[in-house]
Amino acid sequence: MSQHGCEHDHVPVIGKAELVAQLLQLLPADCVLFEEEDLRPYECDGLSAYRQLPWVTVLPQSVGQVQAVMRLCHQHRLPVVARGAGTGLSGGALPHPNGVLLSLAKLKSILAIDTLARTARVQPGVRNLAISQAASQYGLYYAPDPSSQIACTIGGNVAENSGGVHCLKYGLTVHNILQIKLVTIEGDLLVVGSEALDSAGYDLLALMTGSEGMLGVIVEVTVRLLPVPEKAKVMLAAFDDVEKAGAAVGAIIAAGVIPGGLEMMDKLSIGAAEDFAHAGYPRDAEAILLCELDGTCEEVAEQVEQVQAILKDIGATEVRLARDEQERALLWKGRKSAFPAVGRLSPDYYCMDGTIPRRHLPFVLRRIGELSQQYGLAVANVFHAGDGNLHPLILYDANKPGELANAEEFGSKILELCVEVGGSITGEHGVGMEKINQMCVQYDSAELTQFHAIKHAFDPQGLLNPGKAVPTLHRCAEFGAMHVHDGKLPFPELERF
Amino acid sequence: MPANDLTASLQQQVQAAYAGKTPLKIVGGNSKAFYGRQTTGAELTVLDVSGHSGINSYEPTELVLTARAGTPLAEIEAALAEKGQLLPFEPPHWGPNATLGGTIACNLSGPRRPYAGSARDFVLGCHVINGKGELLHFGGEVMKNVAGYDAARLMAGALGTLGVLLDVSLKVLPVPQDKLTLVQPATLPAALEQMNKLAGQPVPLSASAWVDGYLYLRFAGAKSAVAAVKQRVAGDVLVDAATFWRSLRELQLPFFAEAASLWRIALPQTADQPKLPGDWLLEWGGAQRWLKTAASIEQVRAAVAALGGHATLLHGGSGSDAFQPLPAGLWQAHQRLKQAFDPAGILNPGRMYEGL
Repeated sequence: MSQHGCEHDHVPVIGKAELVAQLLQLLPADCVLFEEEDLRPYECDGLSAYRQLPWVTVLPQSVGQVQAVMRLCHQHRLPVVARGAGTGLSGGALPHPNGVLLSLAKLKSILAIDTLARTARVQPGVRNLAISQAASQYGLYYAPDPSSQIACTIGGNVAENSGGVHCLKYGLTVHNILQIKLVTIEGDLLVVGSEALDSAGYDLLALMTGSEGMLGVIVEVTVRLLPVPEKAKVMLAAFDDVEKAGAAVGAIIAAGVIPGGLEMMDKLSIGAAEDFAHAGYPRDAEAILLCELDGTCEEVAEQVEQVQAILKDIGATEVRLARDEQERALLWKGRKSAFPAVGRLSPDYYCMDGTIPRRHLPFVLRRIGELSQQYGLAVANVFHAGDGNLHPLILYDANKPGELANAEEFGSKILELCVEVGGSITGEHGVGMEKINQMCVQYDSAELTQFHAIKHAFDPQGLLNPGKAVPTLHRCAEFGAMHVHDGKLPFPELERF
Repeated sequence: MPANDLTASLQQQVQAAYAGKTPLKIVGGNSKAFYGRQTTGAELTVLDVSGHSGINSYEPTELVLTARAGTPLAEIEAALAEKGQLLPFEPPHWGPNATLGGTIACNLSGPRRPYAGSARDFVLGCHVINGKGELLHFGGEVMKNVAGYDAARLMAGALGTLGVLLDVSLKVLPVPQDKLTLVQPATLPAALEQMNKLAGQPVPLSASAWVDGYLYLRFAGAKSAVAAVKQRVAGDVLVDAATFWRSLRELQLPFFAEAASLWRIALPQTADQPKLPGDWLLEWGGAQRWLKTAASIEQVRAAVAALGGHATLLHGGSGSDAFQPLPAGLWQAHQRLKQAFDPAGILNPGRMYEGL
């Protein structure tokens, strides 16, 4: 268990027993949890190094109940942390010790699918994959596919602006939703966006997407559905040099081809994935690329030839086209199981989520290699190469004293490196609790102050997910002081790279 | 600092306006002055962004272009064309001087919008000056960035009321290898149904419109994919298709010629036609409908709102009621956001709504 917690400046003005009694007036008894053993499952999300028992957990069964809970919390000035499936990787759903954990898990109905308009209206607790499964009988699907899509829910996807392996061609969550219904901290219901393609006024839909539960609680989402591509083909290319693999990605895109998916793995990931999935990955390669081309049959056939030629030109040591659906699934299985596969190499691993302009990949990988030496921790790299989203997996052993702290420091160096080359500290996992300090590196004090002003516009008392996503300037000053120690400038004069 | 980088001067002007509480009217190429309401306020000072121009960076293999707000759209499109790429949202120019800043501030998109995305969808990041004269950077030059609130995309369509756009980074895409437009006679309901049925099938649809009793469908993609469309979809090949779609985008088709009162109606794509008198032109699979009508403003707004859409008055009316009024809860959120970015209310006051 680590030292990270929320900034506890909320002193409850109501006793726990009294709060539970009032919540039981609003919700059925089985929807209010307050005993330690019942609260235990809610103590962390997918970032399990950070744990905190909530004061109380509620599981409303209707939008009306969500509104009632919010009104009560607002009345008593209690922090509210919204939670979907709890698969988030940045501690965004880490509970507040004196707050209410609001689980949306019981709001899990698909309310409507309109096949002609190609939309689905769903409750926030509907799983990402369940939408595509329900739409598949109409030849439609929901495009964003985070790797946790079996379990993660659409409400959480909107709160985090989740991505997946098909973002370059099909966009992020923000590009694939039309409307959300949101309960404000005052308990009011706001409809943001519309079933038309645009709405009057400011683009609040963009602002709410990825706002990490800081501005409101999402209680309904209308998503766009796309026609399932007629054909998808995947090919594997092996390289004896990471730089060549990076060049191949640039060459494919420069040729006018936008692959549905374009993934890169380094040597350590290749070996781990191969041991785990037996996908036939070449173990001697320094890097592999998986390139998926989708579209109409004619288009895919044309592009497969084009891409094969490019890969050979760049100097791929091997180019292998999946002959059938089974082989295609196998090649993807290796990539999709990369995290658990790397997990078998070491007792624990810490997954990073930086983005970089792709041209800096060779430099960034070289620096990560040097840092790996310096910290004495191995790192495996998995890369959404098409969109520049790098997932270095740092291997460590939490049972060795100080090793988690060491891994976290190594991780923060990687994120700072991403900012240095013009990228971001998080591409799809969110800031949450985990990357709150690195926000001080990516943004200066005027920008952070602007973020706080946005927060204040929706939640003047700071009750929604307090202490997450946007650091206080005070916190950055402390973090900056830490940096002086490393010979860097203190915040707020911190230089922007 | 290069001559066409006016960051420092623009920032000083906004700081002075903030100190003196004197409102600013932000102007680029002035091609969209007719769109929306007029900026209001005594002693309006013009903040001329048109000189803040030039492409900062363009990396074709990364599909990212960054340009200053005053850069002419035509210059950006030419630079992209040289590398076989384009702005996927096919922005309307509405005049020869259209700039990138105005295009993003109005969030204007053309015929490809329902199939590729809107101007807002392709915004990756931007530098802005807020109403306190502070220089801020949101988003970046990467496809994915979820650190902090998405204030960059919030600027799209805000008509300069939340910040002065200095530069914008956009995702761009390759020019499709081939294009084909097919035309067939169709009633309005039949056209609406066919546009939407096709959009649910794996065909490379890239634009759709119903004009004067004819359904126009444009397909774009790999040569072989476009060739295959001819076997699957009925209709005659439109010869000068580029001119047709450009004229539609620029509101230069005969339909738009004698418009006493022109409405842009945004509706759910498959929504029934509002019961309003007048002439209609449909595009975007039915999500964008143009109406010339003698009906009153109240009548139009009520009919459109009942169907889940909103109506924008482009020509006609007093100019004071360009946009659909917002419900109370949303209006309050707008006022608070305006306060958050522009506490003195000096950035394009009244340009979008009175009091914003």
